[in-house]
Amino acid sequence: MWGYYVALALRSSARSKALTALVIVLLAFGVSACMVSYAVFRATTSDPIPSRSAHLYVPQIDNVGPSRTWQGQPPNMLSYTDAVALWQAHKARRQTLLYPTKWQVQSDNRSVPAMSKTGDAVTADFFPMFDVPFRFGSGWAANDDAQHANVAVISRRLNEKLFSGRNSVGQEIRLDGKVFRIAGVLDDWNPKPRFYDIGNLSVGDAFDDAGDIYIPFTRASDMKKNSRYANCPTATGNADTTDWNAYLYSECDRIGAWVELATPADVKRYRDYLHNYAGQQQRLGRFSWPPNVRLRNLMDWMAYLRVTPKASSLSMLVSASFLLIVLVNVVGLMLARFMRRAPEVGIRRALGASRAAVYRQFLIEGATVGVIGGVLGVVLTLLGIWGSGTLFEPKIARLVHVDASLIMLTVLLAIAATVASALYPTWRAAQTQPAWQIKINS
Amino acid sequence: MALTRTFMQLRPVVVALGRHKVATALIVLQVALTLAVASNALFIVATRIVHMSRATGTDEAHLFVIRNKWTIGQNTSRIDANIRTDLDALRHVEGVRDASSSNAAPLLYAYSVSPIPTRVKLVPDQTTRPQFAMLSFADAHTIDTLGVSLVAGRNFRPDEVAAIGPDDKQAAPVVIVTRSLADKLFPGSSALGKTIYLPDGPSTIIGILARLQGPLSWTRSSDGDNVLIPARHVDPQGVMYLVRTDSTAMKPVIAATLKALQERGSVRIIDPKDDVITLYQARERIYASDRSVTILMSIVCGLLLSATAGGIVGLSSFWVGQRRKQIGIRRSLGATRGDILCYFHAENLLIVGGGIALGIVLAILTNLGLMKAFYPMSRMPLYVPFLGALLLWLLGQLAVWGPARHAAKVPPVVAIRAE
Repeated sequence: MWGYYVALALRSSARSKALTALVIVLLAFGVSACMVSYAVFRATTSDPIPSRSAHLYVPQIDNVGPSRTWQGQPPNMLSYTDAVALWQAHKARRQTLLYPTKWQVQSDNRSVPAMSKTGDAVTADFFPMFDVPFRFGSGWAANDDAQHANVAVISRRLNEKLFSGRNSVGQEIRLDGKVFRIAGVLDDWNPKPRFYDIGNLSVGDAFDDAGDIYIPFTRASDMKKNSRYANCPTATGNADTTDWNAYLYSECDRIGAWVELATPADVKRYRDYLHNYAGQQQRLGRFSWPPNVRLRNLMDWMAYLRVTPKASSLSMLVSASFLLIVLVNVVGLMLARFMRRAPEVGIRRALGASRAAVYRQFLIEGATVGVIGGVLGVVLTLLGIWGSGTLFEPKIARLVHVDASLIMLTVLLAIAATVASALYPTWRAAQTQPAWQIKINS
Repeated sequence: MALTRTFMQLRPVVVALGRHKVATALIVLQVALTLAVASNALFIVATRIVHMSRATGTDEAHLFVIRNKWTIGQNTSRIDANIRTDLDALRHVEGVRDASSSNAAPLLYAYSVSPIPTRVKLVPDQTTRPQFAMLSFADAHTIDTLGVSLVAGRNFRPDEVAAIGPDDKQAAPVVIVTRSLADKLFPGSSALGKTIYLPDGPSTIIGILARLQGPLSWTRSSDGDNVLIPARHVDPQGVMYLVRTDSTAMKPVIAATLKALQERGSVRIIDPKDDVITLYQARERIYASDRSVTILMSIVCGLLLSATAGGIVGLSSFWVGQRRKQIGIRRSLGATRGDILCYFHAENLLIVGGGIALGIVLAILTNLGLMKAFYPMSRMPLYVPFLGALLLWLLGQLAVWGPARHAAKVPPVVAIRAE
């Protein structure tokens, strides 16, 4: 029976070629515009670390007061005072402080000139927390943090440059003129977005490549390494770094913090702890406002900071509305197509076809058109993604890829969309009164 | 005459539409949605194009920027000496017209060594929110290097240029501001000779620039608000060299400048790939996302309008097919071909009109929603959806033209022929 309905659908499509072609082309364009945008959107909003993201949280503490916060939200970064307090309290299973910064790199290899490289000042937990893969060696021990040790972890890329890719663990490099021992070399690791740093960077830098050098947070502070950005509650918002110690313990927000919390109970406990901490600071007179703290999960944090590029979310929005308009259009065209066949329905009904049979026939007809639209849609989607390289910035376009699920989704969306838009026209067709329809046609 | 005839025909048109409530409603809905989406999309395209095509006020075609980082362990006086020597060397390179040093470069906020946002007060103890501006270090060569023009006052003199490090708290006695900033600080009067208060103290405005876009490129109205102070940026982090060339063929000049700087290569780090950029490349890079928004929106708009036109053609053809008998009867009762044409055009005008009325409301609501979700999105002026409405009306009339002509060709004899 199903095969017969499909054959009927094809035959009726052949009879009204122009109308069918119009429906198929509209569908294909609507669906493929949606899927191309979705492919980009998916690439820019996807979970950068699926294995861990559910347990990673960002604590925020308002240390500048309601007059300096935006919409009552605590600043994105912590002050050094608060960051170190949270870290030393050790209330989570793992925790790290971090900030992006820049180093001048030299090695004993004289043939490699001094380079300026970026990276992060982090703590020992950074590597296990974010599941950072190592090629050689490992991260440093918690003890190294406490001792402000001269240890470093470098990227595979930098290792290629300095040591031609050999195992360089135990070797020495000079960062800003100071000698550091290499504890580990990372394997390829370039999460997109660079999620661990997004609170410390501007939104436009969220899709930049990961840095090349990681050293202990405590050591970086000793070396007076400033963060890339600092928000200070001064008139200009700029930092005054003349007196490093005064700057360090000022209310300038410049440190990012992450905690790993395994269970909802842990999350609740940590949230309470943050609240208590801010309350304690209020009692001490440092904050003259009630506790204003947040604890956001990684995915919420990305959504809150609006990491997704504007071009990507706008195109998703516009292509979704395009598909909606196409569907309204298709409903109208399907209605025209089915109503034209009222005599045929009348005869089928008179010969004993039930309403359900009419429903089945027309919905299958809708689905058949949907499949054809979907196949054309896949072709257009592939073309669109191929062309998206010239539409989006290279660092975004590079993330976009086609996979089986995208192609499946394209076809499914096309079928679902056509069947949905065939529902009302089918209902109208099924309402055909057999007797009346036959009478007026005779 | 034709108008009154059309008008007379409207009543039967409306009555006939009442028989096709759903199909009519579908077209109305489609036109409304199309208008809402298309007018917003075209508005975004237009604002982005205006945003991207703003001139920086500089001689962009002949400018390039070198981000020069200093090697560790040089004190401020060494760095100051380096900058002086470098500038002298740069100005003597073949093909270089002029060069100067600064903390930041036009369009290149994130790329610059240290862009400095600042606040400008009119009195030292001002209680109202001070005016925002970007601070740039400049010397006597900066105006010629950038190719900006001074509309009032004078340039810095070489003896006014001091070395200022990141921790120095000295006020610049004289400053040059851009006209857009001057107009914001002193609306209606000349800013020349007036005193302004930067965070480190008072300064006298000695010159006003016609236009100069600073390192910012994304704000709604502050990109052109800049203060130039006469200073060399002696910061251990580095310095930006701005170089203006004689010809637009910059490649050989860039190579020659890098070679000149490399003669004293041990004091600096310059990655020839990452640390040299022309203003043309800067513009490409900075506005890449605006460009992609513009192209995407245009493509989808085009598709959208074609889809709507296609839909109108499809449904109108169907209606014409359905009404062949009715048309035949009207023709045999004396209606001319023109009357039939008119009928379908009038019908389309009415339906699209209904869609437009709904669509303008939707368009404005959409704009308000977008303003909340995306910065910087401005309020859409009312004429935009009205222009869109006009476009859709035209589109509707064009789309119905084919089917209407088809209808007009129906011979009167159809009336008595059984189909």
